[in-house]
Amino acid sequence: MRFDLPDLPDTRALRAELREFLAEAGRNWTPETRARSWMGFDRDFSRSVGARGWIGMTWPKAYGGHERSAMERVVVLEEMLAAGAPVGAHWIGDRQSGPLILRLGTEEQRKRILPGIARGELAFCIGLSEPDSGSDLASLRTKAERVPGGWRLNGRKIWTTFAHKSDYMIALVRTSPAPEGGARHAGLSQFLVDLRLSGISIRPIRDLAGEDSFNEVTFDDVLLREDDLLGAEGQGWAQATSELAFERSGPDRYLSSYPALVAGLTALRPGHEAEAGRIVARLATLRAMSLSVTGMLQRGEDPAVEAALVKDAGNGFEQALPERLRAMLEPEERPEDLSRMLETLAMLAPTFSLRGGTREILRGIIARDLGLR
Amino acid sequence: MSEMRALLVEQLDRLLTEQGGVAVLREVERGTWPEALWAEVEAQGLALALVPEVAGGAGLGWGDAAALWHVLGSHAALIPLGEAMLAGAFLGAAGIEQPEGFTTLAAAGEAAPFGRHASTLAMLDGPHVTLRQPGETTNGQNTGREPRDRVTPGATTAEGDLPNGFGARAARLGLALLRAAQIGGALEKVLALTVDWANTRKQFGRPIGKFQAIQQSLAAMAAEVASVQVAVAAAARAADARGLDGAAFEIGCAKIVAGEAATLGAATAHQVFAAIGITEEHELHHFTRRLWSWREEGGTERAWAEEIGRDAMARGGDALWPDLTARDISGVSA
Repeated sequence: MRFDLPDLPDTRALRAELREFLAEAGRNWTPETRARSWMGFDRDFSRSVGARGWIGMTWPKAYGGHERSAMERVVVLEEMLAAGAPVGAHWIGDRQSGPLILRLGTEEQRKRILPGIARGELAFCIGLSEPDSGSDLASLRTKAERVPGGWRLNGRKIWTTFAHKSDYMIALVRTSPAPEGGARHAGLSQFLVDLRLSGISIRPIRDLAGEDSFNEVTFDDVLLREDDLLGAEGQGWAQATSELAFERSGPDRYLSSYPALVAGLTALRPGHEAEAGRIVARLATLRAMSLSVTGMLQRGEDPAVEAALVKDAGNGFEQALPERLRAMLEPEERPEDLSRMLETLAMLAPTFSLRGGTREILRGIIARDLGLR
Repeated sequence: MSEMRALLVEQLDRLLTEQGGVAVLREVERGTWPEALWAEVEAQGLALALVPEVAGGAGLGWGDAAALWHVLGSHAALIPLGEAMLAGAFLGAAGIEQPEGFTTLAAAGEAAPFGRHASTLAMLDGPHVTLRQPGETTNGQNTGREPRDRVTPGATTAEGDLPNGFGARAARLGLALLRAAQIGGALEKVLALTVDWANTRKQFGRPIGKFQAIQQSLAAMAAEVASVQVAVAAAARAADARGLDGAAFEIGCAKIVAGEAATLGAATAHQVFAAIGITEEHELHHFTRRLWSWREEGGTERAWAEEIGRDAMARGGDALWPDLTARDISGVSA
């Protein structure tokens, strides 16, 4: 495991542009919106971000991208999250689905999908978890069978964030049985599923905050075309996990509760300097670690373990941050926006160390890399 | 890592592996000066690493120094190379010729590391540097059993001032960076020792490293070890770009993270090692006792956090992110 500091481009102009845009776009965001941050879904906002060229930034222009660097893309993510912007409608497409399609998709798939993501018009969800498959993802049972001209999809995905608001799902499903006594993750494939197809029913599952953010998605004899297969048949596991370093190392892994720090820092009374300083020191360090992984990804390295480590450490920080602020400020000392953010974050924070790999799974990955057998 | 830096790191690691080790460490803790090892360090010019080339040194930067101090920490810093490098850097920057023998870094009113073994003292009073003869010495030590001696400064043989960029508290900043880097190295070694032990020690019929409880706590420790290394690298890079004074924020962050990581890392290692880890015979304590000591030197976590927190609170929440990103150093290779 190693974390080299990356070479950073001069991004002052880009940051200034983003801050101006976000100050204007965010004028009417409520404290709840800012606290939800990347858990917020706002298609109008995503379209305006796309119009500025801030989605699919690193992709070729031929597919609607902007051919800018991974570091510039991270600058956009950082600024969005630091402002608590509701990026959910383009977040997953920009971070995971788009890059996957760019790398593994057919020319037709790239041309059909990527420009829409880059414009902030196509929203994606990720179909991984199933009722009996959470952390043990290889046990999933949703299956696609070959039929003339394509595939027939049956089964059920669950906890799928924003499925009810999305246009497409990239689903990991079984296309052949796991070999007896062999690798359990063999025989899985990824499909690009248009969520408007018949046979798909999407049932939102109300969460503890009273919001509809995740869903149960049922596939009942859904007919997929031959070219809805994404990448190679049987390679779904490797394809799905190859994107995890992108998913696990970004600023969304330590900045989720940042807007509360902005509101809280100003309200702190003398006596809390040391705790504030410890928070700032960790924030600065996590940011350097996250940027280090971005640098490795940009150089084409495979920092899977480093990414798992950034996510684990970052999740711990962003999860504890609202509690640390709470401990420094009695309810009557909190400005109204902070109170409202803390209420929202109390209900959201448990998910930080669940989504994208639980803390326990991530630490297992780190432990294996340490040489613990 | 630059080729030059990698070469130096390997050179120091080899030297300390060949001529250091637990037996030498025990001798040093009893007060013996590792004569042969120090002679080799001087012969290789390592003590003058931070001295400008025009003044006869290697002219290396803080990033190179931090990499060497990391290696030093991974060998429990059995020689005061870090202090000698800092002394050399400050003397050189103040235009003072490098004296013969071991020069330690001494701040007024503070114990001098390995003071009893020093032939000269580099004393800093703000940006003013004086080269002093050591006077009367009262021996002392820290929890790591490293010499921390009260040395009455004697005659001044040379003096000068640090140029801008070092600031009024260069000694404290340099020492904080040194201790943070050493903590990073020592923690890496402690993690390796602990993983090795977890794979060796069997209970309930299998290595204890097979148990998820052990795996989870060592993974958490690994995150802290990595955090220190990144924080130290960021601090050293800032010092190279803006001088020690301009890197006070990053150095403070590194010392805070290092101190917190030292606490968790030492506790985790002792928990996994159990009884054998608290015996005198086992090598673990040479590292963990130093980890506890180094938290105290160059400013505690609390001292640095109060400074950083006070500034952040004064600037307010809206300024935090712009301030943080404005410190980015673009276009520099670490």
